[in-house]
Amino acid sequence: MKWTTYAAPSRFYALAGRLTPWCWAAAALFGLAGLWTGFAIAPTDFQQGDAYRIIFIHVPAAWMSMVIYLAMAFWAAWGWMLNARMASMYARALAPTGALFTFVALWTGAFWGKPTWGTWWVWDARLTSEFILLMLYLGYIALTEAIDDPRRSANAGALLALVGAVNIPVIYFSVKWWNTLHQGSTISVGAAPKMVATMLTAMLLMTLSFWAYSFAVAFTRARAVVLEQESEAEWVRGL
Amino acid sequence: MNWTSWGAFFHMGGYGLYVWGAYGVTAFVLALEIVAVRRRAARARADLQHGVAE
Repeated sequence: MKWTTYAAPSRFYALAGRLTPWCWAAAALFGLAGLWTGFAIAPTDFQQGDAYRIIFIHVPAAWMSMVIYLAMAFWAAWGWMLNARMASMYARALAPTGALFTFVALWTGAFWGKPTWGTWWVWDARLTSEFILLMLYLGYIALTEAIDDPRRSANAGALLALVGAVNIPVIYFSVKWWNTLHQGSTISVGAAPKMVATMLTAMLLMTLSFWAYSFAVAFTRARAVVLEQESEAEWVRGL
Repeated sequence: MNWTSWGAFFHMGGYGLYVWGAYGVTAFVLALEIVAVRRRAARARADLQHGVAE
């Protein structure tokens, strides 16, 4: 079996179909474990009280919003350069889920900001760049939906996704580069996490849950996109 | 266990509105996406069956 095997829409369709139920199961299990750890085990924060518990969905959603964008830009670029249809279709399948997690990061951030900062929203570097990310996702979706020809649509989308990718390091480093109201990184590579172990565990479990959820939804959507775009293909007709 | 009663759990130390406002909307939009994506997949399969029958 070659590494390009799953570049064929037919192979991808079959493999994604087999993996999806496991992804749903993992999302549910990690989610339940994460919520239990986050609400039943992790202690109340001495500074923020119980408002801090929003972190268990806020940080994982923010991570997913960035990770999914990078994955989307990567597959869009891959599809553009190598003219690989499946990569382009997968990029399109990722976009709505990325937009959703960006919205969740902004929404939960607002509900956390109000009790801790005294404001729902402020145009600081972190919040503004995350808001721009939401606009990039919506722009990508609108652009790819607006062009009927699949190949031209994929190429235009790839260009937008690649240009927008410069925003990802801006989001990530914004709390270092600028003086922001948003707090610095909760955990970073090479440094001890600035939080209690049970809190960290809950956050990581929710991250795994969101990650598995993203795979499940993106696989399901990608399979739908394959059927929509490849309806003339012989293997699709044989389904 | 942090909570002595369901009331205390929903009260969330006085931050109930914020914590449940964040979690509630997150659960809602994820559920919405699951419904939407399953519908799209079902429609794609149905269109295919329809196309074959013609």
